[in-house]
Amino acid sequence: MSHSILFRNGRVIDPASNRDAVGDVLVLEGRIAAVGAPVPGDVLTVDCSGKVVCPGLIDLHVHLREPGQSAKETIASGARAAAAGGFSTVVCMPNTSPSIDSASVVSWVQEKARAEACVRVLPTGALTKGIAGEEMAPIGALKKAGVVALTDDGRCIQNHELMRRALEYAGMFGLVVMDHCQDYSLVGKGVMHEGYWSTVLGLPGWPAAGEELIVQRNALLAELTGTPVHCQHLSAAGSVRVLREARRRGVPLSGEVCPHHIALTDASLQGYDTNFKMNPPLRSEEHIEALLEGIADGTITILASDHAPHCNFEKEVEFDQAPFGILGLETELGLFLDILVHKRKVISLPRLIEMYTVNPARLLGLDSGTLAPGALGDVTVLDPDLEWCVDKNASLSLSRNTPFHGWELKGRAVRTVVEGKTVWSL
Amino acid sequence: MSSQEIFSKDHSVPRAGWFRKDLTGLQHLSREELVLLLDTAAAFKTVGTRHIKKVPALRGKTLVNFFVEPSTRTRVSFELAAERLSADVINMSASGSSLTKGETLKDTALNLQALHADVIVLRHSSAGAAQFLAERLDACVVNAGDGAHEHPTQALLDAFTIRERKGRLEGLHVAIVGDILFSRVARSDIFALTKLGAKVTLVGPSTLVPKELERLGVQISHDLDSLLPDLDVINLLRIQHERQRKEYFPSLGEYTSFFGLTKARAARLKPDCLVMHPGPINRGVEIDSDVADSSRSVILEQVTNGLAVRMAVLYLCNAARSGESA
Amino acid sequence: MLDAASLARTLERVAREILEHHPDPARLSLIGIPSRGVELARRLGAIIAEATGVSPFCGAVDISMHRDDIGARGSVPPVQMSRLPRSLQEGTLLLVDDVLQSGRTCRAALDALSSFGRPARIEYAVLVDRGERELPIAADYTGKVVAPGPGERVFVRLHPMDAVEGVWMERVESSRRHSPKANL
Repeated sequence: MSHSILFRNGRVIDPASNRDAVGDVLVLEGRIAAVGAPVPGDVLTVDCSGKVVCPGLIDLHVHLREPGQSAKETIASGARAAAAGGFSTVVCMPNTSPSIDSASVVSWVQEKARAEACVRVLPTGALTKGIAGEEMAPIGALKKAGVVALTDDGRCIQNHELMRRALEYAGMFGLVVMDHCQDYSLVGKGVMHEGYWSTVLGLPGWPAAGEELIVQRNALLAELTGTPVHCQHLSAAGSVRVLREARRRGVPLSGEVCPHHIALTDASLQGYDTNFKMNPPLRSEEHIEALLEGIADGTITILASDHAPHCNFEKEVEFDQAPFGILGLETELGLFLDILVHKRKVISLPRLIEMYTVNPARLLGLDSGTLAPGALGDVTVLDPDLEWCVDKNASLSLSRNTPFHGWELKGRAVRTVVEGKTVWSL
Repeated sequence: MSSQEIFSKDHSVPRAGWFRKDLTGLQHLSREELVLLLDTAAAFKTVGTRHIKKVPALRGKTLVNFFVEPSTRTRVSFELAAERLSADVINMSASGSSLTKGETLKDTALNLQALHADVIVLRHSSAGAAQFLAERLDACVVNAGDGAHEHPTQALLDAFTIRERKGRLEGLHVAIVGDILFSRVARSDIFALTKLGAKVTLVGPSTLVPKELERLGVQISHDLDSLLPDLDVINLLRIQHERQRKEYFPSLGEYTSFFGLTKARAARLKPDCLVMHPGPINRGVEIDSDVADSSRSVILEQVTNGLAVRMAVLYLCNAARSGESA
Repeated sequence: MLDAASLARTLERVAREILEHHPDPARLSLIGIPSRGVELARRLGAIIAEATGVSPFCGAVDISMHRDDIGARGSVPPVQMSRLPRSLQEGTLLLVDDVLQSGRTCRAALDALSSFGRPARIEYAVLVDRGERELPIAADYTGKVVAPGPGERVFVRLHPMDAVEGVWMERVESSRRHSPKANL
């Protein structure tokens, strides 16, 4: 029986339905079956004792590079990397070439994903034409084509009036706007966190205020327009404070954290290794502490990777000339489990799963992220205590730009299932 | 005491060895390595006074002066240093290289290595560029200035000049005045001078003197006038107006009125305070023209000593590299 | 081979031989090759001064910039300061070294001296000649001739740079210094 699978004796964690108990999960014909539903005799059965069964994980921030940059990654290879990381759904960013700023490019990505991707790939649309930050993109047409959110990720609209109107307009279609928060005049040519290390290394600094200012702008405009704004890859302590205050007052503002921003500090840049060059940049300990506090108290609700593949030859250049970003899909779950759950004990395992399933699903209005009967039959099986070592050469991505090669981590996904079909298993 | 005998150390004291094929910066050098460099430079300085101003130490070696960012004086100094060591020298600039045709720095450098270059002296606008090459090439890489990061040979010649004039560095009060934020010379000077025991004060407008540098064991001041009587050395950095953006200070005139070494300020220095400048100087901006030409100014000695320091660096790095491959 | 007392006697003898050829120490400059040659030159100079009442010039010549094996010895030879008489055209320069083997050190010293000018005459004194020459070079004054066996190395140790004083031979396993290839 295809698209059906029975997970037996696992610790079933489904934060959407407050379920956390040892038991079985049955997927029938691609959908989650009711608890206690009769199991057909020929269904594939997976023994999950000692493991965790949860809704298929969702990463709402990845760069799959197609169309236009298929030397870095393709939709097919990015999807394989996602499956190997435990993700059944990824949300891809529109800063491709051409950018995803028209219905035709949305359709191209959807068709390519349907034909080649082993996990669900959901495109976002650009907020402005060509992600240039100057004119509104055809938001209505993008919505009709099926984008799940709008974003100019990689860039940030500097014109506050344009941002305000884009939010108002997107709100009409019920679309969330995801924002890469960066004030261009403050950041200038910054390539790393502005602080002690940027001063010693002589590299142009990217001050925390360059992010915090835009998070504050987004808080004000989300309140003004009522359109939900999701702040991507938060890195700065001030951003967490602004987000906490805004959420306390009921403003529709949310935020995400990427693993590198809590796993690494700006001190890692001492060797000028461009695999430590990200935007926003790696920051200092006090910023990491603030991010962890924000995760612990629920200010930050979503975890994501900002998976950003680049070719070796692009990264192997002078530091200030290298592109920003690193791989993330295959290491993010291991890093977060290792740091948040095991080492720092910031959150419980169910909380971590919540931040990867029901929270992103609710933000984007997806029909997944839960094991409730009738939901899409996306399931991830985790072994939260499995110790493993990151090997970049074993990556399923086309690129190798990770700073985590050789890291020993505790916890990872062991099986990824999309609509009842196993797309990857360890 | 003649200049030949300044370093007359007891030969019985074992000195630090040199095991680096590259000199990318001074941050990670030990005090012993710095002293070895300065002592070696003192010996090489005497080559310029010999009957034959050339020694065969690098005979048969090829040095490439690879200057991605223009700089005549540093390039000429390295060129002359290499020639006094009998090396063959090739000069390359960015405009004449394939970098302008889109070739990466790595590919250009690998091509130089394929031609059996033994030493690459790199000047580049990106911080970390010298380290980038050093990690990828068998050739020696000597940093001749990388972005706002380091300019190790300039700081070595500064330390050399102070030590030669004052006989020591320990306990001296050295002020580095001007644009610290964008200055690679300042960073290398800080590393060298603090390790060698000098007290270093950074002086300049708050926009150009990052507070974070206090963690390197230096002091920060925005009041040059109150410091003047205490200084043993004042090192004035070039105010690079071509690079300066208007956000950092209102005008050159205002800069000079607060931080320029005017005649009135120079008069308040100790009589034996050394006035230094890495050049090229902006007369009338960071330093008064007459002060630059005064007897306290060692600006031209710095240039002379640069040659000895660069000979020492080329000699030591080359020898360490040959040692590795032997 | 030589203890402190016999070392002193050997130096006395070498100094006498030097004086036989150079009755006027004022026209003689003893130039040591670092590091132990410098100490030997100083001692020979002191013996000559005591015998004649005239102190010859005692100095040093750095050869590190003139070696043909830079880097081949595993560590970088430290560059030392040369101390030479004001004029090389008058009198005799006597190079002084501890051990003569291949002759390459002497060759480098000759090159180094010629870069300072055109010496009128150069002679060569060594404490120990252990043979195995690779260049056509011979010493004018020799303290002791030895013939070490394979793998044996000659050690010269002098106060104040060393804790002990004397000359001896010792077998050294696979020393890079003794590999003929190291000098290529």
